[in-house]
Amino acid sequence: MVDFVTGLRCRECERPFPAEALHVCDYCFGPLEVAYDYERIAATVSRARIEAGPRTVWRYRDLLPVGHVLDDGGEAPVDLGAGFTPLVRADRLAAELGLGELWIKDDTANPTGSFKDRVVSVALTKARQLGFKVAACASTGNLANSVAAHAARAGLDSVVLIPHDLEAAKITMTSVYGGTVIAVEGTYDEVNRLCAELTSERPSWAFVNVNVRTYYAEGSKTLAFEIAEQLGWQAPDHVVVPIGSGSQLTKVAKGFAELGKVGLLAAEPAVRVSGAQAEGCSPVATAFLEGKDAIRPVKPKTIAKSLAIGNPADGWYALEVMRKTGGSCAAVTDEEVVEAIGLLARTEGIFAETAGGVTIATLCKLAASGVIRPDERVVALVTGHGLKTVEALTGTIGCGPTATIAPTLAAFDAATNFEEESPAR
Amino acid sequence: MSVIVRIPTQLRTLTGGAGEVEIEGASVGEVLKALDVAHPGFADRLFDEAGNLRRFVNVFLADEDVRFLDGLATPVTDGATVSIVPAVAGG
Repeated sequence: MVDFVTGLRCRECERPFPAEALHVCDYCFGPLEVAYDYERIAATVSRARIEAGPRTVWRYRDLLPVGHVLDDGGEAPVDLGAGFTPLVRADRLAAELGLGELWIKDDTANPTGSFKDRVVSVALTKARQLGFKVAACASTGNLANSVAAHAARAGLDSVVLIPHDLEAAKITMTSVYGGTVIAVEGTYDEVNRLCAELTSERPSWAFVNVNVRTYYAEGSKTLAFEIAEQLGWQAPDHVVVPIGSGSQLTKVAKGFAELGKVGLLAAEPAVRVSGAQAEGCSPVATAFLEGKDAIRPVKPKTIAKSLAIGNPADGWYALEVMRKTGGSCAAVTDEEVVEAIGLLARTEGIFAETAGGVTIATLCKLAASGVIRPDERVVALVTGHGLKTVEALTGTIGCGPTATIAPTLAAFDAATNFEEESPAR
Repeated sequence: MSVIVRIPTQLRTLTGGAGEVEIEGASVGEVLKALDVAHPGFADRLFDEAGNLRRFVNVFLADEDVRFLDGLATPVTDGATVSIVPAVAGG
């Protein structure tokens, strides 16, 4: 199996490690990063080679840590078709916000309805290569859906641990695939800690976001790769990314940088990266706004459950990216999240889950304060489908029928004020 | 006070492979220092130059992150469990 991975390296103390199922440095506990031979990638990769690839994340396989799974006669990736989701020009939303060129990266279109399919497809492909037979994870819901589905596809057993109070759809969308689903009476951070400890006790299980996390996280780079390719191999000026653990935001920035490094873009692009959090769980936004380096963990309380991580593993790195790129960070209320879900749906026809509402509400806030400017080409990441979190809208304006009537013309006329041509708004 | 300290895989080379060790101490900080005396090498891995817990080390007393309590000064009770857990997980 050909690949461009030279090993793993501690992001803190730079100690080298072999490319195995390791995620933290056993000296300083820093996160391990995949190290690539970028010169060899640059000599192999090209826009044409990518454009001839599948319409999934696997078109970027040269920049993913799993070898040439498709064209070396080896095993196919664990693949449900994640990635290459629509990049939608959002002129109507832009007009509402006083912005110029605005795009939505619509990751609701992934196989299980969230961006997690990108990271899981990469993680389980790598896990299978490493010989694992069981796929596991700690999840706020979206990851659970994706791990259960991809494990079923790959014929792996799955063990998924979730907080017990998740949205109903996220539980159904996990259990339907037939794996083991354990609801834990605790917060996500408690589930996460349990999984971190379980990894020591169940070394033969691939916890995608624990012992396989180094590889898993690399899957989020494909968001940056796709955005650049879909913009005609150009980088945007500004991206808005939701922050749970901070991993996605960090990897989106890394993705843009790599495109320059391997020659797919003329130079390393200057992309401002801004982060979005819910007020009820905003440890990263708080540190950013207070100008601090240390992130104080919090006990989350927000409807944006997929972002409810009180102790974010990559929070520090997310801060670093936002500061270095000239981005910003904001936290929004649950009411603003619900309003933003409606705004995106009304203006662009995209139904986002609460995390998407956090992103759009933050976009609104940063546009209103002038941080995001009308002369910028802006991309907002909508990372999960609204059907997963319908509870968040229950009882809010516009979430039920306009009227309920008897099946007669008279009742229809009585209930509506429509002109013949078009309904009045 | 005698407490149980749970050791993650990454540090079990220091305990001869043991996942749990029994250690004496009155506070979380004292327990971790005594751990280093019993099994030399822990202090280097857990603390930075200033003597604070490294950024990516989480320490729990029973179910609570000590950062929500009094940090290293948090008192421990006899028979309590102190867990050392790598912070880099999840998301």
